[in-house]
Amino acid sequence: MPKLVTGLAAPLPLSNVDTDVIMPKRFLITITREGLAEGTFADLRIDDTGANRPDFVLNKDPWNEATVLVVGDNFGCGSSREHAVWGLNQLGITAIIGTSFAGIFYDNARKNGLTLPIVTPEAHATLMELASGDKGVDILIDIEQLKITAGDFSAPFQMDAATQSSLIKGEDDTLDSLNYSDNIRAYENTLSDAMRVSVLK
Amino acid sequence: MKRTLYDKLVDAHKVCDLPDGDMLIYVDFHIMNEYTSPQAFSGLDVKKLKVWRPEAHLAVIDHVNATKSAEHHDAASQLLIENLEANCTKHDIAFYGLGDKRQGIEHVVVPEQGLVSPGMLIACGDSHTTTYGAFGALGFGIGTSEVEHVLATQTLRYKRLKTMLVEIEGDTAPSVTAKDIIMKVVQVVGAGGANGFAVEFAGPAILAQSMSGRMTICNMAVELGARAALISADEQAWRMSDGRPHGGKFRFDNEEWVSDEGAEFDAVVKISATDIAPLVSWGTSPDQSVPIDGHVPEFDDGKPAKEMAALRRAIDYMGLEAGQAVNSIAIDSAFIGSCTNSRIEDLRAAAKILKNRKVAAGVNAIIVPGSTLTRMQAEAEGLDVIFTDAGFDWRPESGCSMCLAMNNDIAMDGERIASSTNRNFEGRQGRGARTHLMSPAMVAAAAISGRLADVRDFQTEAE
Ligand code: SF4
Repeated sequence: MPKLVTGLAAPLPLSNVDTDVIMPKRFLITITREGLAEGTFADLRIDDTGANRPDFVLNKDPWNEATVLVVGDNFGCGSSREHAVWGLNQLGITAIIGTSFAGIFYDNARKNGLTLPIVTPEAHATLMELASGDKGVDILIDIEQLKITAGDFSAPFQMDAATQSSLIKGEDDTLDSLNYSDNIRAYENTLSDAMRVSVLK
Repeated sequence: MKRTLYDKLVDAHKVCDLPDGDMLIYVDFHIMNEYTSPQAFSGLDVKKLKVWRPEAHLAVIDHVNATKSAEHHDAASQLLIENLEANCTKHDIAFYGLGDKRQGIEHVVVPEQGLVSPGMLIACGDSHTTTYGAFGALGFGIGTSEVEHVLATQTLRYKRLKTMLVEIEGDTAPSVTAKDIIMKVVQVVGAGGANGFAVEFAGPAILAQSMSGRMTICNMAVELGARAALISADEQAWRMSDGRPHGGKFRFDNEEWVSDEGAEFDAVVKISATDIAPLVSWGTSPDQSVPIDGHVPEFDDGKPAKEMAALRRAIDYMGLEAGQAVNSIAIDSAFIGSCTNSRIEDLRAAAKILKNRKVAAGVNAIIVPGSTLTRMQAEAEGLDVIFTDAGFDWRPESGCSMCLAMNNDIAMDGERIASSTNRNFEGRQGRGARTHLMSPAMVAAAAISGRLADVRDFQTEAE
């Protein structure tokens, strides 16, 4: 996994963009993780006839090349569907910069190597303005230093230590946690019988 | 040290600290549905892993199944349903599928089966898992990668949340329901206002609620961004599983599941109960709500440009006029259902309004009981007759249905729905569909009136 994420940034200033908007439900009827690029932002991106909506930022030059998004508050709220993150990855988005993200979305992003820097409202306003300029702006996100650079502008960002190290190491959490099997068994041994759930079939 | 209920629950479930700052916490019980679990099972296959404790999981079909009949409505949904059953058979996991009396919306089924009890930690690949906070249990939604993690390890990687106390001061008016209370909280705290927090609800108006009402409140706490919602466990919470299939099988009595007197919270929000009236949402975010005798907001409030743009977008999408009285908004449809409001108490409340009344001409009214057992109970009480006499379509199968429209109950472009659900997002109930959130009794009042209407007008008439 990269410690540096770079790319052209696109502005998406809407607040409360929920996972129904990121990945509409008609794309969820699947048992795989594949083929979700098409569904990502589908109702914002594509009209009823299947043509691109000219007013949506990712359909406009230069942002059709964007791999970073600068988004409004509370991005990723709503349903827990990880399909939203898989789809963003498949659309080529590698980082999303905002002031706050919904909790489940934030954790899903971490599991899939999608970087979500949290910046102050002031830094957010500057980045949004830079990203909205005619030519857009190239952004560099340094995960190790917790710093975003865009041209002459730079600002720190916030990321909890576990997410940071997970993005840098890119380890598989499930396999890593199984290294703690002894701890899990020791915990289970402290449970009384009445505390071991067993669901009737 | 004085601890909050949340801290007690986390402490009791902590397995160990991890080097990077996370901890492993133990999941007592894990619930799955058909659409957020398939890729978790394939993850196990790829990594050649077993399920750690198969008996601690339950899988339920609810999101994609049809409710007009038990027939599959398309091949893709059938595949999801069959896939989950096959995965459960393979891994020896309890499965409540179509045709099983115990089937229904996961968060209705679990308490109905007596599968939740104070002090438990419950995870599920669904954001409304906050519902179990009603019992003083820690429930929260997880993504599919975490579903895989909990299947393989019975634990999750976890970061302790900040705590917020939401205290409702005083008693609410008799016409105010649990749905109105939580919609008011979402309005005050804001969508995302509790991101990063576990919220505890307190105050006499909360404890005066039935378990069903408490579940409605904790269910929608995720709409303010809360990753967990809690209410202290009282006698009522401890007794809820009595007489149910799993009743008496589990007891987590290693703590008193209440916040210690004087425990400190990172944030405190106080709301006066007398400020809460029957509410409806007018916009596309659950915090955009007003009392039923209120108005859609005006544009000229001197608000910042960003807020004005969001307001304009919501009003446009909803096809409303700024400043319009909300009780003048005509509806096309009425929907009673969802894990927020489809339990027997919700059906009784709606039936009380609908008794000896008729749905307005042209309104398409649908009711989907939250579970098969709830439907059977309602039929035993004769509620189905009240609904069908009034003109509601009483669905024979249970599921999420038009709450998120993943099955074939999809609203049309521009269709306006009075809905007892939890999310009024753009496109939630169908592309271009316009959702107004409210309590089940208010949906009944709207269905009769053909427009958003004040439930109190019907209550006074009845008394
Ligand atoms: S009823 Fe609605 S909110 Fe509840 S689990 Fe189903 S889709 Fe989700």
